[in-house]
Amino acid sequence: MDRRSVLKITGTLSAAAAAAMAFPRMVFAAYNQKAFKNPKVEDSLNELFGGNATTPSGDIKLKAPDIAENGAVVPIEISTSMKAEKIAFMVKENPNPLAIVADIPAGTEAMVKTRVRMGKTTQVTAVVSSDGKLYTASKEVKVTIGGCGG
Amino acid sequence: MSSIRIKAKERNGTVDVKTLMKHNMETGLRKKKDGSKIPEHWITDVAAESGGKVVFAAAFNTSISKDPYLAFKFAGKKGDSLKISWKDNTGKTDSAETKVK
Repeated sequence: MDRRSVLKITGTLSAAAAAAMAFPRMVFAAYNQKAFKNPKVEDSLNELFGGNATTPSGDIKLKAPDIAENGAVVPIEISTSMKAEKIAFMVKENPNPLAIVADIPAGTEAMVKTRVRMGKTTQVTAVVSSDGKLYTASKEVKVTIGGCGG
Repeated sequence: MSSIRIKAKERNGTVDVKTLMKHNMETGLRKKKDGSKIPEHWITDVAAESGGKVVFAAAFNTSISKDPYLAFKFAGKKGDSLKISWKDNTGKTDSAETKVK
């Protein structure tokens, strides 16, 4: 192999590597700006799921404290026996209610656990999308010290 | 060191994953002493991959607490690899890999 063709090959290889670095595989759930930066629960649901008709369901378990002493760290847990595609969590009176949307691929349990911030005492809602329909479970959480700053 | 800590334990075919990410999660609502706002800086997306497949993905808002904690469960076995990565609104990313115990 002469020098020229070697250079050519290494050149192509490094270009391919650079392309792979610039465009990593899209493993992330697409962050939906309109759904997250939205002060209204209904509008957020529209942006996320293309509809905001929800049915309360007893099959969703929403674990959250009755009283949260520190609104900056409120542990929550959502799980359901339904076949869920997505699980979302809303804090009604936060500046932007939608806190998290989780994608549940096949083989993954319909369960998510995290910690959220809450500005004040309000209703929190777990939204589960299953078979193209939305199901919810809500609970009131009292907050003694708000966690949204400002 | 990576900003992500992962614990993954298998039991009866289900892997229990707990993860902590170190991140400020600045809401954009907090103010400095001079009244100017501290700009938002938060993790927007988190993804978990095992065996070349996405097993869990989530999008966060600024209302997720500082140094986010996340737990989920997926079907897997001991020795499986698990990679968790995040991306924030400034485009910064980080990832960590571990083996299921």
